[in-house]
Order: sequence, then structure tokens, then C-alpha cells
Amino acid sequence: MNLTLKIWRQKDSKDKGQMVTYNVTDISEHMSFLEMLDVLNEQLVNTGEEPVAFDHDCREGICGMCSLYINGEAHGPDRGVTTCQLHMRMFNDGDTIFIEPFRAKAFPVIKDLVVDRTAFDRIQQAGGYISVNTSGNTQDANAIPIRKANADLAMDAAECIGCGACVATCKNSSAMLFVGAKVSQYALLPQGRVEAKDRVLNMVNQMDKEGFGNCTNTGACEVECPKGISLTNIARMNREYLSASVKED
Amino acid sequence: MSTLDSKIPKGPLKDKWTTYKDKINLVNPANKRHIDVIVVGTGLAGGSAAATLAELGYNVKAFCYQDSPRRAHSIAAQGGINAAKNYQGDGDSTYRLFYDTVKGGDYRSREANVYRLAEVSANIIDQCVAQGVPFAREYGGLLDNRSFGGVLVSRTFYAKGQTGQQLLLGAYSAMNRQIGRGKIEMFNRHEMLDVVKVDGKARGIIARNLVTGEIERHSAHAVVIASGGYGNVYFLSTNAMGSNVTAAWKAHKRGAHFANPCYTQIHPTCIPRSGDYQSKLTLMSESLRNDGRIWVPKNMDDVIAIREGRLKPTEISEENRDYYLERRYPAFGNLVPRDVASRAAKERCDAGYGVNKTGEAVYLDFKSAIERYGREQAKIQGIENPTKEKVLELGEGVVEAKYGNLFQMYEKIVDENPYKTPMMIYPATHYTMGGIWVDYNLMTTIPGCYAIGEANFSDHGANRLGASALMQGLADGYFVLPYTIGDYLSNDIRTGKIPTDTPEFEEAEKNVTDRINQLVNNNGTKSVDYFHKRLGKVMWDKVGMSRNTKGLEEAIEEIQSIRAEFWKDVLVPGSADGMNTELEKAGRVADFLELGELFAKDALERNESCGGHFREESVELDGEQKGEAKRDDDNYAFVSAWEYKGEPKDAVLHKEQLEFNDIELKQRSYK
Repeated sequence: MNLTLKIWRQKDSKDKGQMVTYNVTDISEHMSFLEMLDVLNEQLVNTGEEPVAFDHDCREGICGMCSLYINGEAHGPDRGVTTCQLHMRMFNDGDTIFIEPFRAKAFPVIKDLVVDRTAFDRIQQAGGYISVNTSGNTQDANAIPIRKANADLAMDAAECIGCGACVATCKNSSAMLFVGAKVSQYALLPQGRVEAKDRVLNMVNQMDKEGFGNCTNTGACEVECPKGISLTNIARMNREYLSASVKED
Repeated sequence: MSTLDSKIPKGPLKDKWTTYKDKINLVNPANKRHIDVIVVGTGLAGGSAAATLAELGYNVKAFCYQDSPRRAHSIAAQGGINAAKNYQGDGDSTYRLFYDTVKGGDYRSREANVYRLAEVSANIIDQCVAQGVPFAREYGGLLDNRSFGGVLVSRTFYAKGQTGQQLLLGAYSAMNRQIGRGKIEMFNRHEMLDVVKVDGKARGIIARNLVTGEIERHSAHAVVIASGGYGNVYFLSTNAMGSNVTAAWKAHKRGAHFANPCYTQIHPTCIPRSGDYQSKLTLMSESLRNDGRIWVPKNMDDVIAIREGRLKPTEISEENRDYYLERRYPAFGNLVPRDVASRAAKERCDAGYGVNKTGEAVYLDFKSAIERYGREQAKIQGIENPTKEKVLELGEGVVEAKYGNLFQMYEKIVDENPYKTPMMIYPATHYTMGGIWVDYNLMTTIPGCYAIGEANFSDHGANRLGASALMQGLADGYFVLPYTIGDYLSNDIRTGKIPTDTPEFEEAEKNVTDRINQLVNNNGTKSVDYFHKRLGKVMWDKVGMSRNTKGLEEAIEEIQSIRAEFWKDVLVPGSADGMNTELEKAGRVADFLELGELFAKDALERNESCGGHFREESVELDGEQKGEAKRDDDNYAFVSAWEYKGEPKDAVLHKEQLEFNDIELKQRSYK
């Protein structure tokens, strides 16, 4: 198929940036979206032009490095996939495709389609862990049985890949789904209960500091999340936050 | 020629590690505050090492090329992690895990290292559970296990099909805690481009800030390379696009011997390639072989009908299917080790039985498992005389719970429903057992430079068993390196901060900038990928699953000429002072073009078949094992450690003789 691409080009964080139009031809429907961009970049390199910079690494939907806002949707038109898992069979010959970076105040553009998501790292650093040293002297892994239903819910929350689609798609640029997932994973496990109060307070505090917006229960994040992280994680975080805020130890 | 001292402690195998730990020098907590350690790479090995070293009190500087340490490619490991817990009571033990690993590696790994790995494996599970890693559990609340290839027990712990992700996020969380305390300084989007040696010791690195293009000097008292494997030398592999050999190769060029580069794992169950545009291959976890059965049609007519679209695999009756692994290896069946399964798939496809248009695909079929689980569920739920549809529905539910994410991944890529029709799979490059040579302390031949995880060579021999990479990465980082590095650093308590305004840093930095300038000013006519793809094709065709003298000699010459052409004609647009993804790729491919040649040279030198290294000249000619790989213990029971001498063709071979005192060298039989 032949396609027209309208891609955001921006030299660096200080550049104003603009949409630029490119054409690609003979694209196979079996290609992944990023392989289609590889074709474009090969074309650009061969004419001595700088290729379009975009983040990507594992290309199997797990590292969370790829992003892209495609035709107005985070990770494009398919559901339950990251951009690297999106295939060209979702598009038709002659289509015009708009490709933009994830946009949020807390995710400044570095170059072209590459954004800075280190705000997510800093939220995790504020409390997204259990304070246990790697001494090798922890108790036996089976010492505390965990109800399967809770372990499964914790795993569902832990599947978040930290790509930021939830933020990009939210009209408030809220990171509540991301933070809610991490808070939930630990809140559901006995090992995580010990620090549960400090964790939720510190992580939410850092989230606010980074400039993410609040949640207004639109639910777009859940729809666009490539890993299907559930909104109930936000509800759980709110519950954790409320009780941590009002109850004395 | 220097002798390679593996520094294996004396004494019985079982006591080596314990005795060693009792006797090593320690650094007191007050002194640790004055010692800096650089860790390059933040996967399971690097991430866990960085976190643990920081917990101990050292000042850690950690580097990764990705935008966050959480993205390292360990995250893509699917199936699980081995540990000798014997929770299933099925006869597992430290010794058995040790034995399976040495045997699985075709007797080309170092006994003492593997025993230590098996010994600390149980601790890893304890540690990860304490960190909040949500492993799969049974209804009673205890941890669940599954089986992997090459073993007869269930010792693999898992978190759905995303075990690597969960373990890495555990290590990442431990890192975050230390970053938050200021004990780890994290350098995202940085690439290490040289090791700096001062008075013969590793004392720092040169790194490029991938956002600003700045070349930075970083000093430390020790440098840890945890940069993963070099499977991308094949261009197409299951590795991430950015996975590279650069950090390891730079250490090699500065004096770290590179061991067994030809030991590469071609993983049997990957999604077959579909076209020239393909940028990577996707793995389907080995855990699928627990429940999936591998087959091709028995009759050539059926193969042709399938390729022409006249016949569907589901229409082929049982008696017309060749479950070739079950046929050839009745004892292990579909759970033979990876190298054996890969070669068997190649054998069938070379014989013309491949089931897709390219002729390079076999079926992985879940129908039997779905029916078995379905009947079991019907019984549990008390459904009497369930319909066939009901059984399938119930069975698919069970399979979805176990492998749902893998099935979804497959469906998205191939656009077929693997619950209804068998998956198509074919082997692909996945893991590299070879790597930087290290001694028992995980130190390279450069004093103060360590290599851990996939970047080193020591534990998997010539073939890695499934679910052992995660085990080794975390064992090295959490439980081995933190001890061994202390012994070395105990001599550095009075050294003080290492200055970076010295001739050594100057020289290394110039070395890096010269090369970058050469690349961006080359003004050639061909893209980096053009060369990478050509290299990959030579590697796959001549240094792939099956190797011979003629092919390897040709490969060496061809790689040399591709490399010469690369430096003459590569085109890197843009400049070096800012983000330039083509420049990053160019530097990595330049290193692959050197490694590739050493790889072929190593494969040529090793005239035996062992593990993933299969030489057509070395096969069993008769008896029960006819056609199977033939190892040559008399002449090749050693580690090949290559010393850098300029061009790869000039590399000098050092041999570390492998001694097996606790295991009898036997032919590896899975029949």
C-alpha cells in the first residue's frame, strides 16, 4: 500500500517543531508500524536526510519504550497493543497517517517523536519499592501464603510497562493509572503492607510535583492502555491515599 | 602467553563458595563510602548488582542506553526462573540443578561456577518474593512451578508469561530505592564507549550522552560490564533493537579476553520470518512446550497442499502427522533442550517438510492440551457428559490463563488464532552463552573490570537451559559479585577519588571522539542497516545452526570485506552533537563487524559439535545416536579465551582447561 505520513519533526527541546509530510510506497500489510517507519528512515538516510527519531527497543510490546500518538490515539488504532505491535493491516492503501509524540507537560519532547518520561522514574523512586535489602537472609518464599486471587490481582497491576499512554491520552495528562497500578501491586501483597501508607503518600506527592493532572474518571487511559490495566487500580489508590491521609498510626 | 587462572577455590565442590566467603577480605562500612563502582547495563545482572552494591554502601554510577533502567531487555524474558527449591517434592536438589545445567551446557561450563549458581538459586526466589514480585501461586497460596526443557523436575517459577518483566521490575524497584537515597547515580540514555585503564586497572569509562551528544568521563575504583549478549550480530534475533556488543567489545579491546564467542543459542520456538523488511524476531516462550506438541506433516503431498492453501493443518489426521521430537527423543519428547529442538526443526525443514511459504516453519499444536485441560475442568466443575464444544471452551480458558499474553502476541503478529489452529514456529537467535572471560570472582582479565550476566561466559557452557538466564543474571548481581568485588576493593580503601583529568582519560576520550568524527564525516552512500543486514546474512547462512570448515572460512573473508566497505562507504547523516540514532547504530554495527569475524574464527577453531555449536564434520556415524552431535572431550574440553591483538584475525587463543571432578563426562542423551 502507499501512504502519506504527517510526522512531527522537532530538532531538539528548544526547537518549535512542525508537521512534515512524507510519502512511503509498497508497504506490506504484514509489516509492523515501526517497520514502516524503518522504511521511511532508510529512504531519508539514502538521500542524506536525518531520519525521524522515535523511541523503540524490544519491538514485542514489553519494554514500554515505544510511544507515538497515531491518528489521535496513543499506540494507534488497535487495542491492547503498543506501537511496535501495531501492524499495517490496520491501515488502508492511500491513507494519510498523523504521527505525533506523546504530549504532556511532564513529558517534554527531546527530539522529533522522542519524549522524556523520567518523571515516571522519579515517582517510583519516591516509594515504588519494598525496603528489603538483598542480604539473602529473607525468609523462605513460601513462609507467607498469599491468596491466589490477590496474587493474580497484584500481577495484573504489575503488568504495567510504564509507556505513558495513559498520560498521553488523558485530557488532564494524569498519571493516576500508572501510579495506581504500582500502589495496587504492593497494597495487595502482605510484603507491601508494611510501608503502604508512606508509599502512597510519597508517590502521589511526587506525581503532583511532576506536573501530572488529576483524574476525572473519564476512563480513556484504561481504553488506550496496551496492557489493559484496570481503572479499579485508581480506585484502590484513592482508598489507600484517603486512609493514609486521615488515619494516625 | 599469560596463563588463565580461574581462581577456583580449593576444597570439595559443596564447600567452595562457603569457605571462600569466610576467607575473603571485607571493606568496612565507613570505607565503602569512599569507593565508587560503575555498572554498565541495568538488566537483571546490572540492575541487581547496582542495587546491592549501593545497599552495601558503595557509591554506584549506573548506565543504560534506554530512557529508563526498567527497559533493559531482561524485561522480555517470558517463561520463568529456575531454583532448586524442591517445593514439588519431585526429587530436585542443588546437586541436580547443578548437574542438569552442566549436562545441558554439554559439559563446556565451569563446574565450580555452576555449583555456586545452583546453590544461591533458592535465595533468589526468597529475595524476589520479599521484594513484591507477584509469582504465580496455587489455590493454597503457595508458589507454583512448571517444567522447562532438558530436565525431569518442575523447578521453574514464573509470573504469567512475563517473568523477566516482573524480576526486572523487582531489581528496578531496589535500584529506585537507592537512587532515591542518592547511593546510585543513574545515567539514562548514556552509552559506554570505552574503558579507561590506569596503571593496568579499570578505573573508569568514557560515555556518550545520547541526548546532548556530549562525551563524558566517569571514574571509579571498579567497572562492572553487564551489557548483555551479542545476538544482534545476526541482524535478526529476539534481542531488542538496541542490544549490542559495544561495551563488552570495548573492554575486550582494552585487554579483557573474549571467551567462546561461537556458543550461540538458536531458540526453537520463535515466530518465523515473513519478509525482507523484518526488523526482529519474536520469541514464543519455551514454557509452551509444556503443553504444545511440535509436528510437521508425514506426507509431502500434505506439505505441498498446505503451502498452496488447499489444506489446513487441523484437517490432517493424527496418523499423518510426524511428532518428530516425540519420535526421536521419547524420554524428553517436546521438552528436549533448545539446541536439540532447533536442529531437529532445521532437519525436517531442510528435508522439505516446512509448512509455510518460505519452507521454514513447523507446527506447535495445543489441541491435545486444550482437550486434556477441558476434560479436567469439566470434571472439577461437575459437568457430566460435556459436549465437545464445552470441553474446548473450558480447555481454552485454562490455556489462556497460562499463556494468554503469548497467544495474544502471536495473534497480533501473524493474524491467526492459535487456540483454533496450530502456531507456526521456527528457530531464531536468542541468547549468547559466550562472552567476556571471567574468573571465579567474575573478574575479567583486566584487574578491576568485572563482567556479569549474559555479558560473561561462565555458567551455561555451549547451551543454556530454559529459565537459567534469569537465574544467572540475578545470582551474579544479587549474591555473587557483591562478595567478590569487596575482596578486590579492600585494596582501594586508601586510593581516594580517581581523577579524570589524567592522560589515560584524555587518550580514551580522544579515541572515542576520533571514531565518532570518522563516522559522521564519512559521507558514504550506504545506510548502517545495509551493512548490518549483509553481516547478518553471512552469520545466519554460514555461522548459524550448522557450520562447516568451508562456510566458516568464507564467512571470515566476507565479514572482513563487509567491514572494509563499511568504513569506506557508510553514511551517517546529522551531527554528533545531539541525539543521532543513526550514529548510535553505526558505532554498534562497527563493533559487530569485528566480533562477527572473531565469532567465525572461534567456530572454525572448535572442530567438534557441542551444544549450540554444531560442526557438520563432527556427528555420530552409527549406533543409537546416529546423526546426533559428537563432542570431542579429548581435544576440546577447554574454554577458548581470545586476546585482542588488533584485527580479529590476529586474536590470540588462550585455553582454560575444564576439569570435571564431580560430574562424569558423558554423551548427552535425551532419547
